[in-house]
Amino acid sequence: MIKNISNLGDAALYCDFGNEVNKEINLKVIQFFKNIKKSNIPGITNITPSYNKLIISFDLNITNFEKIKTEVEQLNFKNEIASAGNLIKIPICCDKDFALDIKRLEKLLNLEKEAIYKKFFSKKYYCYMTGFIAGMPFLGDLDNSIYARRLDTPRVKVPKNSIGLTEQFCNIYTFESPGGWNIIGKTPLDIFDNKNNSSPNLINPGDTISFFQISKSEFEKKYG
Amino acid sequence: MAENYFEVLRPGINTTFQDNGRKNFYHIGIPFSGAMDNRNFILANAISNNKKNSPVIEFALQGPKLRYKGDKVYFNVTGDVNFQILRKNKIEEGICYQNLVLENNDCLDLISTNRSVYGYLSINASFKIDFYLDSCSVNTKAEIGANNGKILKKNQIIKIENITKKYSLSKLDYINSKIENIRVIKGPHFDYFSKTAKELFFKEKFSITKLTDRMGIRLDGPKIENIKYTNIKSEGLVKGTIQITADGDPIVMLSDHGTIGGYPKIGVVISADYDKLVQIPPGSKVKFKEINLKDAETIYKLYEMETQNLISKTK
Repeated sequence: MIKNISNLGDAALYCDFGNEVNKEINLKVIQFFKNIKKSNIPGITNITPSYNKLIISFDLNITNFEKIKTEVEQLNFKNEIASAGNLIKIPICCDKDFALDIKRLEKLLNLEKEAIYKKFFSKKYYCYMTGFIAGMPFLGDLDNSIYARRLDTPRVKVPKNSIGLTEQFCNIYTFESPGGWNIIGKTPLDIFDNKNNSSPNLINPGDTISFFQISKSEFEKKYG
Repeated sequence: MAENYFEVLRPGINTTFQDNGRKNFYHIGIPFSGAMDNRNFILANAISNNKKNSPVIEFALQGPKLRYKGDKVYFNVTGDVNFQILRKNKIEEGICYQNLVLENNDCLDLISTNRSVYGYLSINASFKIDFYLDSCSVNTKAEIGANNGKILKKNQIIKIENITKKYSLSKLDYINSKIENIRVIKGPHFDYFSKTAKELFFKEKFSITKLTDRMGIRLDGPKIENIKYTNIKSEGLVKGTIQITADGDPIVMLSDHGTIGGYPKIGVVISADYDKLVQIPPGSKVKFKEINLKDAETIYKLYEMETQNLISKTK
């Protein structure tokens, strides 16, 4: 499954699972991530799964590249942890105040907004990874009829909790942030809760997300 | 006295509470954070005789001005910092790496760092602050850590508790060495760049621009020409990673960096040079020097031995 392990600087391992982006490869990355987390190898300080790479950071005062590499290679993962994540339902309000780029998408995709939303809400999405900013999930894959490129000029401020699309992926802006994805709506849920001191993120790598549409009054009730 | 506290008369530029940061949350988008210059953080606590991971106040370029109210307390400042204590209309010049005393109504003015970026204030007591995911470290982007995840504000109060009554005179002779050469291990996308670009990267000097903060350093210099892909499928990052943007400029990931990124990684700064790198102020130049993993590991061991040796001198 891992094609190559190399060093990323002097305090991290770079595990390469290939160059493709698909659920099959990513499930392997996440399975590996969960297994390493469970193995409690001394000195590991962080493990970062992404589409097709896994980076393992370690404390140079405790261990080093050769030691961790050997320990990772010797782990036996047979049937240890199923990779299935949770199914999480996320409400989205697609009111024009929140769907900042729906007009652009209608033009770009040559589809009415009803058709775009129908395609979007009819699929379940897989969480490849979370990160960049705290708790931000990278979800996929969209129906290929609604693939769209990024905005030509990224927004300086994408409102918190906006749902954005680009290419085969969608994401949720967990904080107000600069960004160039096409915004189609907003959720009243806090995807990253910085008051929650044990598990602040609602969505983890490997989870499945199903979105459903709510009205503006439902959105406001959830907020109030 | 019932309460001991600092009143913030001037917050400084980017003043935050920090300890050695949080582990094991990269996978949900939360970086290490923690004190930028780890050695000066460690020395601050060693001189205070605090536990080694005790919270300190970190400041950048210009520090805070604080009025102290309460019982006599010892403190020390580490880094290369100009500071003064205003005591009963008298000004005392501060000396770094030395336990000094603050009494009721004294003012501590952490004026500026000297040809460096970060300085640290440690007290022989504890700050009454919140912890988040086992660390007080403020990450302003995620709004987590002490002080509601924010930088210090004018007029706010910082409560202090557990003042140690023990009289201490410990002082450390230490000079922060300045460096220009930063040692780098080649990254996984080194071959995305042209032969000329690879040579330029290790030959020319790059300027540290003003677009530099706790998240990263943006460098300015010769453009590094990409001959493969200017974007990669986003993947994890670590402290010290040097990515090359689509415009050909290097950016170095620092302690509050975004946990994943989509630019190719040309190299990674070695762990032993990180503390010195973050101290190089905007406007200065750096030069990257290639080094292999084995040498980097040896240099780190020596660096750590030197840190331990400095700690032992404070006892």
